[in-house]
Amino acid sequence: MTEPLAPPRRKNPLKKTRLPLIPQGARSRTAHGLTMAAAEGRFALQRCSDCGMAVYPPRDACPVCLSPRLPYQEADARGVLVAETTVRVSTDPYFRERMPWRVGTVKLDAGPVLVAHLHGDLREGERARLELKLDKSGAPVVLALPDKDTPHMQDDAQLREMTCEPTFRRVLITDGCTPVGQAMARAFSEIGSSIVFVGVAKAWKPFAGMDALRAVERVEIVPFDITDTESVTEQAEQNGGRIDIIVNTAEHTRAGGIIERRGIGVAREEMDVRYFGLMRLAQAFGPAMKFRGADGVNSAAAIVNLLSVYALMNWPLYGAYSAAEAACLSATHSLRAELRPGGVRMVNVFFGPLETEWFQAVPPPKVAPKALARAVIDALKRGLEDVFVGDVAEDVRARLSVNPKALERELAG
Amino acid sequence: MSGSTRMAYDGIVVCAPITVPYRRYSANSAHWWIGRALQALTKRSGLRLNELDGLSISSFTVAPDTAIGLTQHFGLSPRWLDHVPFGGASAIVALRRAARAVQTGDAEFVACVAGDTNHVDSFRKTLSTFSRFAQDAVYPYGSGGANASFALIAKNYMNTYGVRREDFGKICVAQRDNAMAVPHALMKKRLTLSDYMAARAISDPIHLFDCVMPCAGAEAFLVCGEAAARSLALKGVHLLSTIERHNAFPEDAIQVRGGWAVDAGELWSMAGVGPQDVDFVETYDDYPVIIMMQLEDLGFCRKGEAAEFVRAHTLTNEGSFPHNTCGGQLSVGQAGAAGGYLGLVEAIRQLTDAPLGTQVAEARIGLVSGFGMINYDRGLASGAAILARAA
Repeated sequence: MTEPLAPPRRKNPLKKTRLPLIPQGARSRTAHGLTMAAAEGRFALQRCSDCGMAVYPPRDACPVCLSPRLPYQEADARGVLVAETTVRVSTDPYFRERMPWRVGTVKLDAGPVLVAHLHGDLREGERARLELKLDKSGAPVVLALPDKDTPHMQDDAQLREMTCEPTFRRVLITDGCTPVGQAMARAFSEIGSSIVFVGVAKAWKPFAGMDALRAVERVEIVPFDITDTESVTEQAEQNGGRIDIIVNTAEHTRAGGIIERRGIGVAREEMDVRYFGLMRLAQAFGPAMKFRGADGVNSAAAIVNLLSVYALMNWPLYGAYSAAEAACLSATHSLRAELRPGGVRMVNVFFGPLETEWFQAVPPPKVAPKALARAVIDALKRGLEDVFVGDVAEDVRARLSVNPKALERELAG
Repeated sequence: MSGSTRMAYDGIVVCAPITVPYRRYSANSAHWWIGRALQALTKRSGLRLNELDGLSISSFTVAPDTAIGLTQHFGLSPRWLDHVPFGGASAIVALRRAARAVQTGDAEFVACVAGDTNHVDSFRKTLSTFSRFAQDAVYPYGSGGANASFALIAKNYMNTYGVRREDFGKICVAQRDNAMAVPHALMKKRLTLSDYMAARAISDPIHLFDCVMPCAGAEAFLVCGEAAARSLALKGVHLLSTIERHNAFPEDAIQVRGGWAVDAGELWSMAGVGPQDVDFVETYDDYPVIIMMQLEDLGFCRKGEAAEFVRAHTLTNEGSFPHNTCGGQLSVGQAGAAGGYLGLVEAIRQLTDAPLGTQVAEARIGLVSGFGMINYDRGLASGAAILARAA
């Protein structure tokens, strides 16, 4: 039985904040196939294309037929926990302060034997299901869970090291004036986040949905303009030491390519909101978050960045917009590396056209703001790093992995 | 009579057992420890450096060097050179190769040396970079090292065969008794079964006295022809048979046996003796569960019956089944790859009446077994040798 998490007590300001540590994250190049699957929340193992053997740990030749063709494929994640141990002495500083720590040997129905982290509700001899997770170092690990869900299972201490559970955490949503920002505020309130700070750039200017937003429980509207360094810094000084999750909902969406636009004024605005905006956010809030990565139940956990899936491949109908999104995406990769030592995750949530005014002329399928908010909550609960929301985003991702050139040509229409 | 088709090790002797006394931590390098062992070996044998024409090295901490770099470091010019980084199986593997090299005339005197240092942080570094599979699929899981890996193997073995901690404890207590007379044993406080049972848990079911103490040290021996040994006035022992096997039984979901189970028949038939003829046994004792597997797989009892075998015997040097006669790594310490040499060097001593501790009465034939290299979830390397007192 997992003990349900109690709301964290007010922090004693005299107590030293425990510095974040991370477990060893080195992996072989081949093992990063697991990193990709874990980042997206899939369970994948290498499977030999020639003899069909499922293989683990990651190899460069099949141990049955020596074939080098060992692609990662979705695999059956069920098996049995054959033996378990409770590690009480560890040579690694990260694990030393988290002792005791349970690990076990799981025999998969599909064949391979995996050493796995164990969820507290799984016992030796029982059926288990495995998930690939990213640990605090951002490296892939296998977690064995009970076959069937158990009460409060998300509150398990070992599992929580691999997730960014939003319950009892304090959230900042950078722009509450948009339908997406408002849906996000509602979703975090419903899941039990302790405070939902919602940024509004111009406090004097009413916006659609304002009254409804104010009425949402635990929502606190704060002045926040991502295009204004002073405003961002001021908010960080006010609340930066107690913000555990940031969801960057700031958007700047305008249709059109590059040639037809007059000048670079709009493009500059796009870059100011998306690229420089993320930079301001990271510089103002990043240091405190990195410092608070191991600060108890409500430690700093994640920065979530919403991104158009066209950051990955330009969609000329929204050509300049796509380019700004791409710049923003590239910045997240740097931020991911910079945040990692602090145990803080950079989550990229890719979406296709949204069910909002700025995509008015785009035919369906489109993503409702509410669905995007649900996906963000789900990504945090599962500890994902790369998420694709909706049919268009998944379609782009799939086509990109097969033939990027074909995707480029086809998006050109 | 030998029932094996393999060529016998006729005319080969193993001699000059060397131990550089262990230390818990050392500021010196592995090179220093190996150098000390080589120096002791040349002193003991009277061989000059240029007469040592064969060298076999085992070490975990000699990086970035390998055996080749050490030739220049030590001023040797061998015509036969080997690097055997196989942990607990190093001595058996080195011995097999050296014996054949001497037998074929490729080398006359092969110095087999294992040595490792133990800096204050070298154990953690060795663990975290031990192998690619360990890096990808073991170390990130609690970083409990070998303790955690063997805990899983021990837990499964206990569940499967109804083994109790007391059975493991009896082995450890007897080894400590054997170590009491060994001057450099790192753990020489008398151990009782209740001490063993009351020790703190390290990684359940592994408790403190199931674990070896990592330390610095070196071990060595010399392999040469019988006549050559005689000319140096060295007492040697004969090599009756050897086996070696790696990555046996990959189909077992979790390790319950080692490569000995494949080759034990050949080990005995080549030696022309049986388990009942052996006067003492030196197993690889990095965890008592592995000792039990060796007793079973080498044919001293049937699979799953080692606990019963242990209950039925006295395992001290005066007992019915003298086992790990100098106290083994569990008492002396584990000096990295030298831990794999400990049993073989001790066996040479027992068979030449020169033990560091107590002598097994009328020791004529000894069995030495090696095991090593938890690459992922199990020990991959296994080997064994049967040695006999020279007439």
